[in-house]
Amino acid sequence: MTPELWTENLKPGEHWSGVLRRGTSLRITALQARANVAAMMYNYESLPERYNLADTLKAQHTAFLTAGCVCYSDMGRILCSITADSCGWHDTLCGLSDAAMVAEKFGAGSFQQRRNEFYKNGRDSMLNELGKYGLGKRDLIANINFFSRVTADADGALHFDEHHCRAGDHVELRFEMHTLLVLSTCPHPLDPQPHYGPAPVTLRAWVSGAASDTDPCRLHCEENQRGFRNTEMMFLP
Amino acid sequence: MNARSPNTAPLREPAWIRDQIVPAGEPWIGTLAAGELLRIVDLEGNQAVDTLFYNVRDPEERYSAVDTIRAQGNIYLTTGSALRSNLGATMLTIVEDTCGRHDTLGGACSAESNTVRYALDKRHMHSCRDNFLLALAHYDGRLNKRDLPSNINFFMNVPVTPEGGLEFADGISAAGRYVQLRAHMDVLVLISNCPQLNNPCNAYNPTPIQILIRAAG
Repeated sequence: MTPELWTENLKPGEHWSGVLRRGTSLRITALQARANVAAMMYNYESLPERYNLADTLKAQHTAFLTAGCVCYSDMGRILCSITADSCGWHDTLCGLSDAAMVAEKFGAGSFQQRRNEFYKNGRDSMLNELGKYGLGKRDLIANINFFSRVTADADGALHFDEHHCRAGDHVELRFEMHTLLVLSTCPHPLDPQPHYGPAPVTLRAWVSGAASDTDPCRLHCEENQRGFRNTEMMFLP
Repeated sequence: MNARSPNTAPLREPAWIRDQIVPAGEPWIGTLAAGELLRIVDLEGNQAVDTLFYNVRDPEERYSAVDTIRAQGNIYLTTGSALRSNLGATMLTIVEDTCGRHDTLGGACSAESNTVRYALDKRHMHSCRDNFLLALAHYDGRLNKRDLPSNINFFMNVPVTPEGGLEFADGISAAGRYVQLRAHMDVLVLISNCPQLNNPCNAYNPTPIQILIRAAG
């Protein structure tokens, strides 16, 4: 876990963005139960290359993410690998909350009333951060919701697991390319909790190095071996 | 097939104002005015029709798979499904569906994803994302790769298990089955009639489709 690079604490509902270089790992830790961390990822060297939901799911024959999985870009390359995970399931299907949904569920929660604890929503939080890099509505990709578990039954109906994320749960991401990471800690859009109650999280980054030849994410499936090969081609001398 | 005899059709429907065959593996781009109906016919069965929609007046508003899934609480599309935008608006609704279920998780094939999914030497094969990119490049120059979010795959079958598994399965469509949509805003329709030869999404045999458009009856 050394050398450690930095630690940041995200308050409930806070949005955040930053660049994680290849060979850097990030641990996201839920400080309370029922956390949700929405995430979007872009190749920092070429922002049109970004996380792709379908390519990630198809390559690994899964509808959710956990340790051993990688997050694919739309160019057949890997943005990051999930190297550790205490909760076993991260949602990929349900997107973000928006202003109308938050107002309907929780009522008005303006800055004037609540100061910096005003009610935030996932979509506007992402647009806030994306705008700092010249990105906007065109770049609202299908996001990951770390720490949330939503299953689909045989008819395709969705079911949100209210007891999935516990305080202290964590997930570790090892970045395989220089990545712009955009986060929002707003509640999951399907979380039925009747009051606005996002959870705080911490971020801790350290130098981990790139994936070894026997890395479990690389060996997870043949598809990932080809994905790592495509990614490493970008970083040859 | 445009004219209907009053003896066989009790209610006379408006004629199709557009009736076009899209050959296997080719893109199609066109507009649909608010209120118009779009019918896509799977002429020979088990064809995947990769489709995206944009708001003509503000193309930064476009189809969003995750907003659609979240709003209807279900991962499959069929009659009654409201197709939502990245801003939460209903762009179109599915008003008829003789297939029964359509996918919006499987995305569109690309040269790059083919190298990951199948083999490095599959890069040369034709793909939906190449169709999308070329159709957008020739259209009006406003849209490009940033404008390719997760799409709909009409007639494609990608079941998700309660345990979270995901596979491309044999199609549940058949020759002549169709899906019909009503536009709630003026939309740009971008289609790739999928050329994929490496998985059963097209029964390994891409075939033509028919695109029909008419005013609401």
